[in-house]
Amino acid sequence: MLEKILLLLSLSLSVAEGLCKPGVGEAYKVRFSIKTALGDQAYPWNKNEMFLFRAALAFAMRDFTNGEEFGVSDIHPCNETQRVSFWFVVTRPKTMDLVDKGTVEMAIKKSRNRINGAFLLTDKTLEFDGIYPTLAAPVSPDTPPWLIVFGVVMGAVSVGIIALLVYPLVQRKLKKNMDADDEDSDEETGVKTAENGANDGIYNSTFSDDERFTQM
Amino acid sequence: MRLVLPNPGLDLRIPRHEDLERMEKQEAADRPKWDNKAQYILTCVGFCIGLGNVWRFPYLCQSHGGGAFLIPYLILLVLEGMPLLLLEIAIGQRLRKGSVGVWRAISPYLTGVGIGSMLVSFMVALYYNTLIAWIMWYFFNSFQDPLPWTNCPLNENRTGFIPECQQSSTVDYYFYRVTLNASNSIADSGGLQWPIIICLLAAWTVVCICCIRGISTSGKAVYITAILPYIVLAIFLIRGLTLKGALSGIKFLFTPDVEELMNPTTWLDAGAQVFYAFGLAWGGLISFSSYNPVHNNCVQDSVILSVVTGLTSVYAATVTYSIIGFRATEKYDTCINENIRTLLNGFELPEDSITASNYNAALHHLNSSNPDTVFGLDIKTCDMQKLLSEGVEGTGLAFIVFTEAITKMPGSPAWSVLFFIMLLCLGLSTLFGNIEGVVVPLKDFNLFPQKWPHEILTGATCFVSFIICLLFAQPSGIYWLTLFDNFAGSVPLLTIGLFEMIAVVYIYGIDRFNEDIKFMVGRKPSIFWQITWRFISPLIVLVILVFYLVTQAQKQLNYLVWDINSETFPALTSIPYPSWIYAVIFLLAGVPSLVVPMYALCRLIFVCYKKKMSEKN
Repeated sequence: MLEKILLLLSLSLSVAEGLCKPGVGEAYKVRFSIKTALGDQAYPWNKNEMFLFRAALAFAMRDFTNGEEFGVSDIHPCNETQRVSFWFVVTRPKTMDLVDKGTVEMAIKKSRNRINGAFLLTDKTLEFDGIYPTLAAPVSPDTPPWLIVFGVVMGAVSVGIIALLVYPLVQRKLKKNMDADDEDSDEETGVKTAENGANDGIYNSTFSDDERFTQM
Repeated sequence: MRLVLPNPGLDLRIPRHEDLERMEKQEAADRPKWDNKAQYILTCVGFCIGLGNVWRFPYLCQSHGGGAFLIPYLILLVLEGMPLLLLEIAIGQRLRKGSVGVWRAISPYLTGVGIGSMLVSFMVALYYNTLIAWIMWYFFNSFQDPLPWTNCPLNENRTGFIPECQQSSTVDYYFYRVTLNASNSIADSGGLQWPIIICLLAAWTVVCICCIRGISTSGKAVYITAILPYIVLAIFLIRGLTLKGALSGIKFLFTPDVEELMNPTTWLDAGAQVFYAFGLAWGGLISFSSYNPVHNNCVQDSVILSVVTGLTSVYAATVTYSIIGFRATEKYDTCINENIRTLLNGFELPEDSITASNYNAALHHLNSSNPDTVFGLDIKTCDMQKLLSEGVEGTGLAFIVFTEAITKMPGSPAWSVLFFIMLLCLGLSTLFGNIEGVVVPLKDFNLFPQKWPHEILTGATCFVSFIICLLFAQPSGIYWLTLFDNFAGSVPLLTIGLFEMIAVVYIYGIDRFNEDIKFMVGRKPSIFWQITWRFISPLIVLVILVFYLVTQAQKQLNYLVWDINSETFPALTSIPYPSWIYAVIFLLAGVPSLVVPMYALCRLIFVCYKKKMSEKN
């Protein structure tokens, strides 16, 4: 009995190894860049991590096919290198039929974040050759921020224009009030104003200078 | 016996020294005045220090032998810049008029010099304010995190980026496509870019409101626009020096290559840069100096201005190249890391086997053992020198190189805001001088009724300029701007500067000019000024002008375009100008230069005709 089981196991293993051929058929290549992602906190790659990978991928297949009972034994890796990269194929549960590339791709795409999370990696450091990550759309606010700043600047400029227009009017009003006060005080000191008015006179250059300029 | 051309009636046209003394005592209110000396100095410094100091001088310095370029620059600053500066300042202070008024007072035949200055100031103001509009656009967009030029937009199925952005870079795409929507050639003008129109509106309104009452408003604005750039440069210097790779940039800038001094183009470029850096021949300096008190020490002012301009150029160059060094180092590191990744993936080696330090040795080893595989991997060469020298002039520096460097700094929106505020201040303070050089001659011409206040004149000028600036809001706008930059701001300035010197020294009379300065300052100008005014400076400007014309006439006029479909994409493609451009170039460069002799000729004919008519009667 025991020998039969052992024979079956070894047969299935050898068949599986035959299934996983790099670059051919339904195989995908996976590449881990653990040291790039985690630096000092990098964990070493060993059989346990491989097990986690197979489990994560089985989960992805289950999630995508909605219930088909994929197991760890349905994920077959091969050609592992020192880079930490290897090829793998997926077979249907309880049979040796390969799952086609398209299904595997869609399953991985659906659960990409979960698989990344299991390894503390990102789309860039856990690469599936040929499966391009769906990029997150950039956040675009409803009002573009530049319009807001533009509005602030134009508002400040409008305030400036209004200030420039209003300021001389206000000044003129104040001057009128001051002149009214002066006239009141002038009536008391009538004699003094005559003396103050007899200054040297202000030289008005407007008349003299223009004549000296030549025409044209 | 000094050579002086006959100039009858000069004494009737200019105020005598006694008149000046009396005007000073009476404090006649018909001309505006500076509130204090600091305002005058700041306005002049702001006018001289402009965008060119940030993005033209560092490029010239680095491409003409680094530290060795400072030698021709400083020599020509002293021999060419300073004398012409003192000439303009002193003549403005003495004759107390704007640029047209001054030349008309010296001789009515010379009014053309003033007209030429006004035209040049106007054309430069047009394209300069468009640059301000672009800077404003970037400034408005800096108030978000992440900055919009950090990431490419996604393509339709969200698996990658738009190919135009993918092939060039995010900053290139943002500048040429999002901001400008650049077309393929200068003839291709398809509609108007409304974000640019909005920014042009903002730019012209800000300029209008700062200049609306002449120096009583712009004099207050320069307290900010002239001082803020220095503060921001200091902040950037400190930030820049703490970044990795800054010192390699500064070393690249200042490494002297003494052999470049033998090259005549080095001296020509230094001379031209000094000329443009001082804002000479624009008419703004003459105007500003005419508001000074009569006994202001203009000799001291010109020396101070020259020293400040020279030092600021070197200061700005240091800051610029520290940031450029940082960016180049970042790109170099990224390039090396990419190559390491490719090698590791291609040869399936463990991750830490190749690092930046043993990259060269590892590459050599792999290349000798498996040359075919290495060739198939397509490893890019990472060249630090090439990275340090790419795109570091003009708009490329501010909108592409610097914006990219800023995205790599932590806290990028703050740095972006600071950088573009600095550029805004630098540009605005130069524009104040430009607008002064346009509005005051218009006033002197009495084209508009006298009772129109200054505000309406400024407003009208700004409005008309805004309408004309819509030319630059087209998709081909950047090519028009480069055209204006190359032709409106080069030959006419040199011609007018030459005529100015000849006018003051040989038509006004160097003896009379010396007496004026002795009256104003108390001392006759020394032998240095005499020799430079009479021989050296005019000669230098003439040589630069002749060489420039000769070199321009010899080469075919090409310009650079952003063309997705060309082979050299993402680098700009060089294509020839269409033939109708020559008419535009004549308008830009020929008309301001030729208006000087043409006006004199027309006036001569008119006067002769009038004489004949009066003789007949």
